[in-house]
Amino acid sequence: MTSSPSSNGDNGSTVPADAPKTMIRLEGVGKTYPGTDVPAVSELDLDIPEGEILVLVGPSGCGKSTTLRLINRMIEPTSGRIIFDGEDVTTVDPDHLRRRIGYVIQQIGLFPHQTIAQNIATVPKLLGWDKKRISARVDELLEVTGLDPSIYRSRYPKELSGGQAQRVGVARALGADPEVLLMDEPFGAIDPITRDRLQNEFLRLQGELKKTIVFVTHDIDEAIKMGDRIAILGDQSRIAQFDTPERILAYPVDDFVSDFIGSGSTLKGLNFERVRDIELVHDFPVVDSTTDRTEAQRRFDASDEKWMLVLDAQQRPQRWVNGTHLADTSKPLDQLGPRVSATVPPNATLHDALEELLMSNAGQAVVIDNHGAYLGILDVERLADVLKRMRSEAKKHYDQLAATQEADDRAAAHTDTHGVNA
Amino acid sequence: MSMPIPPLATQAGETQTIDAPTPDGGPSQQRPPGLRLVKTNAGLLISPLIIVGGALALYLNYQWSDKIFQDIRALDWNRNLRPQLEQHLSITLWSTLFTILISVPLGIFLTRPAYKRLGGPILAVATSGQAIPAFGLLVLSFAWLGRGPWTTIWALTLFTILPVLRNTMVGLEQVNQSVIEAGRGMGLTKFQVLRQIELPLAVPVILAGVRTALVINVGMAALAFLIGGGGLGATINAGIGLSRDLVLITGAGLTALVALTVDWIAALIEKALRPRGL
Repeated sequence: MTSSPSSNGDNGSTVPADAPKTMIRLEGVGKTYPGTDVPAVSELDLDIPEGEILVLVGPSGCGKSTTLRLINRMIEPTSGRIIFDGEDVTTVDPDHLRRRIGYVIQQIGLFPHQTIAQNIATVPKLLGWDKKRISARVDELLEVTGLDPSIYRSRYPKELSGGQAQRVGVARALGADPEVLLMDEPFGAIDPITRDRLQNEFLRLQGELKKTIVFVTHDIDEAIKMGDRIAILGDQSRIAQFDTPERILAYPVDDFVSDFIGSGSTLKGLNFERVRDIELVHDFPVVDSTTDRTEAQRRFDASDEKWMLVLDAQQRPQRWVNGTHLADTSKPLDQLGPRVSATVPPNATLHDALEELLMSNAGQAVVIDNHGAYLGILDVERLADVLKRMRSEAKKHYDQLAATQEADDRAAAHTDTHGVNA
Repeated sequence: MSMPIPPLATQAGETQTIDAPTPDGGPSQQRPPGLRLVKTNAGLLISPLIIVGGALALYLNYQWSDKIFQDIRALDWNRNLRPQLEQHLSITLWSTLFTILISVPLGIFLTRPAYKRLGGPILAVATSGQAIPAFGLLVLSFAWLGRGPWTTIWALTLFTILPVLRNTMVGLEQVNQSVIEAGRGMGLTKFQVLRQIELPLAVPVILAGVRTALVINVGMAALAFLIGGGGLGATINAGIGLSRDLVLITGAGLTALVALTVDWIAALIEKALRPRGL
């Protein structure tokens, strides 16, 4: 039963209605350490959808790592049940459970006395694969993670850079092709440039592998980038909001979430929309460079815009011209005014478009097709419209969910009373 | 146990040239292999030269000295020196073996999370045991167990438990927690983590402790003659008793050569057993 992503986690939270099959389900899973009254993780309900990256993100000390470690029972839960692919694994041998779940930690933890090949072979060896199969698998994983097997197989971890080590960490976690991967701030200790590259590579890899991944980070930007869905966690791992990054950015459900995603969340949301998906301005004044000057002047006067775009014979944007430029008849049209520098292709994100737009002289971003020909104009009003639309769509989604939830609750309450009466 | 235990000093001439990864995470600098070989093996190459040179010096000194009857008798190879040398080595090896058999399992046990809190007190007892002079321990054992080489062996075993125990514990505790976490997280059992990860990574530190124990034992075995345990100490004692410098020097020199040789062999073993990649 799917219901609303509840706002305060008080009545639990489950996957939004459009989510795929649940791979791992946590039912009331909690951890209270002996000798303390306050739970580190209070009873948590979480459905982890198959084949997606679910990011657990929250401030330091909110229990997100603990939550991750409850899933492979590196920490034994003190309450609740863990359902792995339909099977209750709350009490099975944790060592066997972990061999089915890849595990990547920030410190990587490569075995320094073993070669890269031996490191990657750890789980296959535990599972008793034969030598040939292990060796082939090691090569395959090194290839997949962008390390040349002939070079890296027999190296030792100390001979690797931080980025390479983390690649090996991921390869090792994928060793026996587990369905699920748990990643605890895997790129946290890597410099920003390498981190960005690893993130991109990992997303590309995930595009092929389609693993179920639970990814812990404290960095909301990383969460937005990596996550198919994000669970924003508050104290004791209570779920503050659980949704797609787009919707979280467009519609933070409460102050905690909006504080956490921080200012500029609207701008970050522009990363999820592409230029080709929005309606461009088509009635913008445009002239061919060969157009007669009086005709050009007439078109300019007919429009309310302060600028006009000059195109070349191949319809490629050349120059921005305004009234002052047009008054100068000594030069041809394609030598007047500033050059068009800000152009965006249709598959650019709105974020890219905004950047171009702000840099352009005319305050407009020119959208061009793959051959460089003019398609239309993108202006600030259009972007503002998109943001408004995203926000209202997200709000509508939540209103709908709340309505269904209410209906469900009413139905449940009805059954309850019924039950009591009977 | 909150206080980290300092490892006992490792012996000189050791191969402690672990390349620390550079801070930016870049690959560590590779030194030219030739230079590296010379640097790390210098100690291992020099020791045998000293040993051979020393043995030669002792032999020539014996040959060229004026010998009286007592000298020849006391330094007779088959009657005295060889059996004493054998006793000396057997005392050293047995006591070291027993020390390892006791200390390493104990050290493993005391570093398991469930028993960690016992580690402090037991180490404290062992440390204060170390304060008893070895000679006193020898005499106490004699009073308790009577004459003979086994008394010496047990006394030395007791005396050298500490360095091996302490280094075993330090060696296991210095294993990076994230390596253990990664191992457990991949589904290695506790025992597999111990055998495949913790112990191999602790080997260099444990072996440094064993080497310390060996060196202590080979030196202390020179006192075994006091309680009828034999060893090269008997010749040294004879030299003092007879007031014959030749006997004294030969006995003492042989003892020193044995100590150097044992230490050298221990260093070779240490080097051979150090896991690659460290």
